[in-house]
Amino acid sequence: MIKGFADLVVYNWLNFSPETHFGEAVHFFVYDTVKIMLLLSVMIFVISIIRSFFQPERVKKLLSGKKLFVGNTIASFLGVVSPFCSCSTVPIFIGFVESGVPLGVTFSFLITSPIVNEIALVLLYSIFGWQIATLYLVSGVTVGIVGGIVIEYLGLEDYVEEYVYQIEMEEEEIEAMTWEDRIDYAKHQVKDIVGRIWKFVLAGIAIGGLIHGYVPTGALANYAGADNPFAVFVGVLFGIPLYSNAVGTIPIVESLMNKGVAVGTALSFMMATVALSVPQMVILRKVLKPKLIGIFIGIVGVSIIGVGYLFNIVI
Amino acid sequence: MEIKVYGSGCKKCVSLADNAKAAVEDLGVDAEIEKVEDMAEIAQAGIMSTPGLGINGDVKVKGRVPNADEIKELIEAEL
Repeated sequence: MIKGFADLVVYNWLNFSPETHFGEAVHFFVYDTVKIMLLLSVMIFVISIIRSFFQPERVKKLLSGKKLFVGNTIASFLGVVSPFCSCSTVPIFIGFVESGVPLGVTFSFLITSPIVNEIALVLLYSIFGWQIATLYLVSGVTVGIVGGIVIEYLGLEDYVEEYVYQIEMEEEEIEAMTWEDRIDYAKHQVKDIVGRIWKFVLAGIAIGGLIHGYVPTGALANYAGADNPFAVFVGVLFGIPLYSNAVGTIPIVESLMNKGVAVGTALSFMMATVALSVPQMVILRKVLKPKLIGIFIGIVGVSIIGVGYLFNIVI
Repeated sequence: MEIKVYGSGCKKCVSLADNAKAAVEDLGVDAEIEKVEDMAEIAQAGIMSTPGLGINGDVKVKGRVPNADEIKELIEAEL
């Protein structure tokens, strides 16, 4: 139905020819814009309803007193569904540590939360199918679990800024939400998130459209196909400065994959755009000493690269 | 009346501060709006998701941006 609409607009109304590169690029742009914007709005709404049950205060209660492994696993899964924007990272970190959640369990939450972006997850599902969406989810959660366990074993409590341990938080109440509140919250989230990210999504679709229309199929297979061991590295390096929008990178990834980029390389690239960003590190510096930030970057970086290789080998 | 806006300075925190200011001006109450940007203080107040809004020492809203009308109701309830 969306494809029919795009055909009508691009080929009939705007009179572009499907035979030309430019016509093909414009068609990709219109089709993807309509499809992704519709999907995004519906998905953000549904996801926000789910998220309204997992406010950070509740997550903290669920995690306090949990042991290693079990705690890491629960934390990593909660990282997927719990809502928080990066400016809340520090208060969440302080809240967890203060209520006795082990450092490694806290990190499992903090690592998975940005890596597995549930909107990206849903878009991956609708564009590439359930296999790739599941891969993305499972590998992101695994990176969070393993990363947290490694940090726990390294015993890095001394590399958290001292003031964090001295804070005593006021006992907070968890706001009771009615269904009406949850629906309001979800509507608000749709407006807020779509309002914030549409520019990135359109830019991503435009770049994707150009690649789609101009790069011949298979052109990238030599450079970024499964056989090139350096492609994953390069993908991660390119991903870091593109911070903030896994969602905006999806149309780019979609068209790159059509041209021969391997799945693992694409996944590593997407994860790097969100998990290893300079602004995130600046925020974490408020609670962590540089050495622990370095270890965090190292663990996440190595895991993401590992995920890339694993999938390039398996698929 | 003492009103506190908790947040590290991201866009949401700025709009919450603006809404609080509009609410205070509309009601014409005598209130001082303080912006709290210190992370330790934010956490100490029991706020894990910013922005937050405190009135007379009680945290009324956290993790979202209430509009001016909602803030007006919260202020009126405290009067």
